[in-house]
Amino acid sequence: MNPGVALAALAVVSLATAVIGFYGLRISRTTGDFYVASRTVRPWWNASAIGGEYLSAASFLGVAGLILLSGTDALWFPVGYTAGYLMLLLFVAAPLRRSGAYTIPDFTEARLDSRAVRRVTSLVVVLVGWLYIVPQLHGAALTIRITTGLPSWAGSVAVVVVVCLTVVAGGMRSITFVQAFQYWLKLTALAVPILFIIFVLAGNGTPALAPPAANPTGVAPAGLYQNVSLLVALLFGTLGLPHVLVRFYTNPDGQSARRTTLIVLGLMSVFYLFPTAYGLVGRVFAPGLARSGQADAMVLLLPGELVGGTAGDLLSALVVAGAFAAFLSTTSGLVVSLAGVISQDVLGGGVDGFRLAAVVSALVPLGFAFMTDSFALAGSVGLVFAFTASTVCPVLLLGIWWRGLTDAGAIAGMLTGGVLCGGAMVMGALAGAASTPAWLAQPAAWTVPAAFAVMVLVSRATVHRVPKTMSRVMTRLHTPERPLATER
Amino acid sequence: MRSPNGRDAATNGTRHYAGTMPDSPLLTAAAVAVIAMAIAVVAGVGLKVLRSFRDLGTDAERATYHTLHAASQAGQHLRRGLNPAGAAKASRHLRTLLGCEALALMDTSGVLAWDGAAEELKPQLMRLAEGVLAGGRTAVLPAGQPAGPDGAPEDGTGSALAAVIAPVRAGTRVVGAVAAFAPSAGAGLVRATGEVADWVAAQVELAELDASRTLLMEAEVRALRAQISPHFIYNSLNAIASFINTDPARARELVVEFADFTRYSFRRHGDFTTLAEELRCIDRYLLLERARFGERVQVSLRVAPEVLGTVIPFLSLQPLVENAVRHGLEAKEGPGHISITANDAGAFAEVTIEDDGVGMDPKQLQSMLAGHTDGEHVGLRNVDARLRQVYGNDHGLVIETAPGEGTLITMRVPKSQPGHDA
Repeated sequence: MNPGVALAALAVVSLATAVIGFYGLRISRTTGDFYVASRTVRPWWNASAIGGEYLSAASFLGVAGLILLSGTDALWFPVGYTAGYLMLLLFVAAPLRRSGAYTIPDFTEARLDSRAVRRVTSLVVVLVGWLYIVPQLHGAALTIRITTGLPSWAGSVAVVVVVCLTVVAGGMRSITFVQAFQYWLKLTALAVPILFIIFVLAGNGTPALAPPAANPTGVAPAGLYQNVSLLVALLFGTLGLPHVLVRFYTNPDGQSARRTTLIVLGLMSVFYLFPTAYGLVGRVFAPGLARSGQADAMVLLLPGELVGGTAGDLLSALVVAGAFAAFLSTTSGLVVSLAGVISQDVLGGGVDGFRLAAVVSALVPLGFAFMTDSFALAGSVGLVFAFTASTVCPVLLLGIWWRGLTDAGAIAGMLTGGVLCGGAMVMGALAGAASTPAWLAQPAAWTVPAAFAVMVLVSRATVHRVPKTMSRVMTRLHTPERPLATER
Repeated sequence: MRSPNGRDAATNGTRHYAGTMPDSPLLTAAAVAVIAMAIAVVAGVGLKVLRSFRDLGTDAERATYHTLHAASQAGQHLRRGLNPAGAAKASRHLRTLLGCEALALMDTSGVLAWDGAAEELKPQLMRLAEGVLAGGRTAVLPAGQPAGPDGAPEDGTGSALAAVIAPVRAGTRVVGAVAAFAPSAGAGLVRATGEVADWVAAQVELAELDASRTLLMEAEVRALRAQISPHFIYNSLNAIASFINTDPARARELVVEFADFTRYSFRRHGDFTTLAEELRCIDRYLLLERARFGERVQVSLRVAPEVLGTVIPFLSLQPLVENAVRHGLEAKEGPGHISITANDAGAFAEVTIEDDGVGMDPKQLQSMLAGHTDGEHVGLRNVDARLRQVYGNDHGLVIETAPGEGTLITMRVPKSQPGHDA
């Protein structure tokens, strides 16, 4: 495709992100509009913002690529990514909002009354965030290489620079509006091209090149264990993502936190129709993309392949814009929440500390991204979910729903989950992708129960360490808050 | 020189290696992290080993060091008073301090911690210590003799160990006891146990001091809780009175606003509120002020909706706005402008209140905030003191002003306040 068009799309998205970030709130109001100005974020807005932040490179590029490669097996990814919000809705959203804690370390410290738990949680959260940013940067590298022919590093560096500049310059002031905008941009950028492609294909009467059930690469389908394990990772992993949980703080109370989650479920379901459609169309009409090893770039290449000409270029530009919106929004959301954690726990929390922490939390994953090379975006993100599910998720779930949790139990469980899951990742790396057994490639099915079990057993053994504040905190988590006196 | 064949083999080797390279960035990232952790552990152990070889002075110096070290370690755990978690950790250090077989800490209701051997004695310990806890005198129980059927502690511990039980006295009350167990209870052990008990008592008293300091701080915050100024009530009622004949509808509206405003400011429950509620209160306040000043007071608002749910101390913004109106604009000719902003700043919410009024003399303001002079800006000092009390010294008001240049007040509050109910 035309590199100029892709670069223009990229520039427009970055600029739009920065401009909305800076000026989204510059509208001053007079006292007459007092009620408008002091209106809290509506669940619809916040849900869009959560969607914008959550839909990462894995959802935008990876899911379609996986469906192209492995067909219906890959459908578990969108199912898991979405259903994770059901878990969030049922178990976490409202109590976490009521806790008054802004980050996960804040929550664990308040719940378990222990600085040590806070430090361990912070460490885990920072690790999760960094691991999650790396695939975003890989996605950016891939997009730039495929669409403009520039070297890969240009894409990762571009994302990091834009994110650092906007965060450091205070451009994330109206972050809710930026992220909400990104959701709708992503949805449009996927929906318009695929609908166009389908109409063109139907209009031309293009013959199918392969039946949808045909396996274009001959890779063996995943077994039952792998699917179950993946689903465990995605369902439980969503509960612990730092950038998603921070968003719930924007809701004024637990009730609206639940409503928001419900809307997010709807938004996700709508969004994932389109990557699935891309995967299916790719399977039927462009199976060649799978064989050339460019499955992750399939979404970017499909418009050019099937429509071509100026229309194809324009559609591709739209997709590139959406892809960059995905990288930017997820990365900036993660960087902001990581910077919050790092600046508070290491740098003592000032404004300058926050900026420094933001730069650090963007540069470290950039280093990782340079050292590594990615082939399967959805797979890498799936592993991050497994890690989150084995560390942060047990402490959140048990912290909210079990009175017996102690600080010793929480630390032991998080460390067990982290070491088991991290160990499985490292072992898998040493064994190489081809010879990794299923239980190492998808460790969540045994690491998550192990983390829960250790947390419960150690807490049982250290009953005397149940914090004195437990009853008060639990009451606060589970009783509806008094209605705010802002509505008349 | 290398043959072309050899070079081929080398390239093949590289290619083969590239084939088994981890295909996911996470795997490599995790591997790097594990290696880094291993290096850190080795370095840490190495440092420890190196340190142990250093010259640490004479035996006497070392003994002093060890004693003081054990005492300071135990002291940290007793900082929250006699509780099971702290006592369990402290008893370990206290036992090394006394060099006895077993050591127990108890309060008046039960055994808090047991460290060392002979744990079978634990159920009987409260019975053995009864006299000590009631009478406040150190008891020495010899070993060997079985405990009497009526449980008289004079009969001995009933095991191979002798016991010294010394009371922990905070002030005049006995709040607990320290029990040391050793094969024989010599005068040395008795004296040392008594000293340890006194030391524990000092720690407990410190903890009580801490607790009462917290209570004092809470009481102070409550006392500082701002009240609406009598001037404002007087002025508002006068302004409303002036409308009763000319514009009864407006007067009625103002009375309702006034009622709402007073209901909010007189509320009794809770020391905290949300930014949204506080802004609502400011809106009412400004409506009433505008009834007096008319169009002379202009207000603009820019509020990030993300921070509206942030918890702030009750009535901590309204006094700042009132200060801007009374001291910034009242004294000024012509219309004045107040702008209120609330921003999302990472883990903090940042609220600013700016007016283009007459400003203040920074020096005078400083001495007023420090509490040296009772100036006109009591409301500011009150808010500043409360913010420092609740969030620490870094979170006081930041005031930028000069005579004739207006005033900009900035307040920074952490978003995360799980301990405070709005």
